[in-house]
Amino acid sequence: MDFIDYYKILGVDKNASESDIKKAYRKLARKYHPDVNPDDKEAERKFKEVNEANEVLSDPEKRKKYDKYGKDWKHADQFEQAGQQRQYRQSSSEGGGPSGFGGAGGFSEEDFSDFFSSMFGGAAGTGQSSRRSMQFKGQDYNAELQLNLEDAYQTHKRTLTVNGKNIRLTIAAGVENGQTIKIKGHGGEGINGGPKGDLYITFLIANDSTFKRDGNDLYTTVDLDLYKAILGGEIVVDTFDGKVKLKVQPETPNNTKVRLKGKGFPVYKKEGQFGDLYITYSIKNPINLSAKEKELFEELAKLRS
Amino acid sequence: MEEQEYIPVVQLCKLYELEITFFDEIQEVGLIEVTTYNEQLCISQERLSDFDRLIRIHRDLHINLEGIDVVFNLLKKVDRLNNELTAVKNKLRLYEEN
Repeated sequence: MDFIDYYKILGVDKNASESDIKKAYRKLARKYHPDVNPDDKEAERKFKEVNEANEVLSDPEKRKKYDKYGKDWKHADQFEQAGQQRQYRQSSSEGGGPSGFGGAGGFSEEDFSDFFSSMFGGAAGTGQSSRRSMQFKGQDYNAELQLNLEDAYQTHKRTLTVNGKNIRLTIAAGVENGQTIKIKGHGGEGINGGPKGDLYITFLIANDSTFKRDGNDLYTTVDLDLYKAILGGEIVVDTFDGKVKLKVQPETPNNTKVRLKGKGFPVYKKEGQFGDLYITYSIKNPINLSAKEKELFEELAKLRS
Repeated sequence: MEEQEYIPVVQLCKLYELEITFFDEIQEVGLIEVTTYNEQLCISQERLSDFDRLIRIHRDLHINLEGIDVVFNLLKKVDRLNNELTAVKNKLRLYEEN
């Protein structure tokens, strides 16, 4: 557990007045408030730091204790014992402290650092509970779910464990990499009977298949031997839902693109709708030619010259 | 619409310790639609989380309703841009994998 420099967090010097602290705190709160920085974990972390700094520096008693014992917090317990009687008397008159942040899931015990808890005894000692008589929605949780492209192709069920609770989730086919879905009511418990927070799940889709995905369309490259490219014929290619037989036109040029309608990726939440599959032919020349083959190619070349 | 889809404004006033006139201001700024259901002024359940957020921003950050309207509009824009960014990143992956 490290010492936390609350003055540095608020960007004020040690002689800052109450009004300087209030001003600095409000400015930083506007910058990092979770409601104006949705899904921004860094802003949430900074907001908690700023809140904690304000909790200490805006309260003359806490500030005094922090200034005296801050860097030497391990001895703060002795101070605590000596001043216990005094603190007990104060706690009954603490209701009207600095404006607290009940929002964005409330400011609970776990939002304070170990350093703070060690010096001031956690959120319970902040007088926040007396200010928070309103109901608040619980904290929103964020989670990431790794899928591979095959998983995302089909609607399927998954069980996620978030904060020790199992959540059965139906993942609709066609979900995009980076897409975030909201599961209502699966976040933290509400405060004072408020509604539960929501769970936000971001899908991270790895692709180790031979297909490239662009939205609902899939792209793949298929090798085609020279003879089939020139003479035409039939080939069997893999699609996401099995193999299909394709007719190759005679004299097919290299890099020819063929579109297979409806053989792409499922359209998210539109059952039965699929994107297209684009196949690019990569013509492979024969290698290690035999003397006879070489002779025949030379003959062909002569016919063209 | 089912009854449970609406939340009476009087209930919200009690819950959030608000004056009823606050909802007139919200209406005026056009932040959240207030409708009449069973002769009671109500807001839709769907907008409850927006309302909750509105109250937090208003109280925590001391931003007036016009300011909150600007914040909401900018957040929508950020959301749209984030979605666009995700789509562009996914497109870029197509070329990076080559």
